[in-house]
Amino acid sequence: MSRPAGRLLTLFFSTFKISAFTFGGGFVIVPLMRKRFVEELGWLDDQEMLDLTAIAQSAPGPIAVNASILVGYRTAGVPGALVTVLGAVLPPLIILTILSFLYDRIRENRFVDMALTGMMAGVAAVLCDVVISLVQNIAKQRRWFPLLILTGAFLAIRVLHINIMLVLAVCGLIGALEARARTAGKGDAA
Amino acid sequence: MILLELFWCFLQIGLFSFGGGYAAMPLIEHQVVDVHPWLSAVQFADVITISEMTPGPIAINAATFVGTRVAGIPGALAATCGYIVPSFVIVTLLAWVYTRYRSLSSVQGVLAGLRPAAVAMIASAAVTVLTLAFYGQRTLPAETLLPRPVPALLFAAALLLLRWKKPHPVLVILGTGAAGVLLFSLF
Repeated sequence: MSRPAGRLLTLFFSTFKISAFTFGGGFVIVPLMRKRFVEELGWLDDQEMLDLTAIAQSAPGPIAVNASILVGYRTAGVPGALVTVLGAVLPPLIILTILSFLYDRIRENRFVDMALTGMMAGVAAVLCDVVISLVQNIAKQRRWFPLLILTGAFLAIRVLHINIMLVLAVCGLIGALEARARTAGKGDAA
Repeated sequence: MILLELFWCFLQIGLFSFGGGYAAMPLIEHQVVDVHPWLSAVQFADVITISEMTPGPIAINAATFVGTRVAGIPGALAATCGYIVPSFVIVTLLAWVYTRYRSLSSVQGVLAGLRPAAVAMIASAAVTVLTLAFYGQRTLPAETLLPRPVPALLFAAALLLLRWKKPHPVLVILGTGAAGVLLFSLF
């Protein structure tokens, strides 16, 4: 465990850098944070990262900012949360302030469009990569329950277009009931 | 006072923008185009375009853009702070609850249900971005499912590289951006 000030600095610069690259929507923050805080620093594990993702989605505000606040709080308390919210908000604040002056020149530039389309393909690959890793983790548990929730939630969001908040609420409820049924089952057997 | 007005307006947006990103858009549009005379409908459409080509949450981009137009850089800071305050308070409380109660067996059950759902959310976001990259639109095209060749190639190459060599994701995103400029210019 590093000194508190050192940890806060690491948190700030990590979220600042991550936030500067969340092209293609808030969820890109998950693979980027996973790389930094789970793989490189080892401050969180995969399960916690998923918990934080679900909580970030359940609160008002952008997922990227909420996830940053959660990681900050989990690793360094309220000071950590303050530092990470600053790190998450500054890059878009700076970029937008500059862009609001240059906008007309950039909008018509075809190279910008080419680069953005290329980056979208890269972002899609980064997201697919993390999904493959996370699904592998779930499959390793060799239990039908999480796989069923995964498939059901995906279809509910993607095909049936059910509100994500509702999907999360139902999945949490099913999780609680399944856990209760399992412990009750053990109780009966004993 | 204009700074307080910006702060208060974006505080309300922040408090009610559940679901992130595009879900918050009508709320922002209502506040900054209809309720306050801060942006025209065309300028608001510009904010959305800018948000698609820059990193960062669309609401923060909107707050910065509106703030800068109305009251310069102090305006941008007031609007962004206002937008962030509700999230910060609520998320910090949730983080506290999570830290305190996550080892309870009932909470463990809820989390066991939420984790696969979180993976499903990320998978759904992946499909959205993939559709956008392959077809240049958010929904599947009616005519053909054949993707545009350059993005399809970049996606396949990037995913293979990520699975085998585990490079940093940021390098992959920047690399596909550069390769996109190169390939689109050539073909």
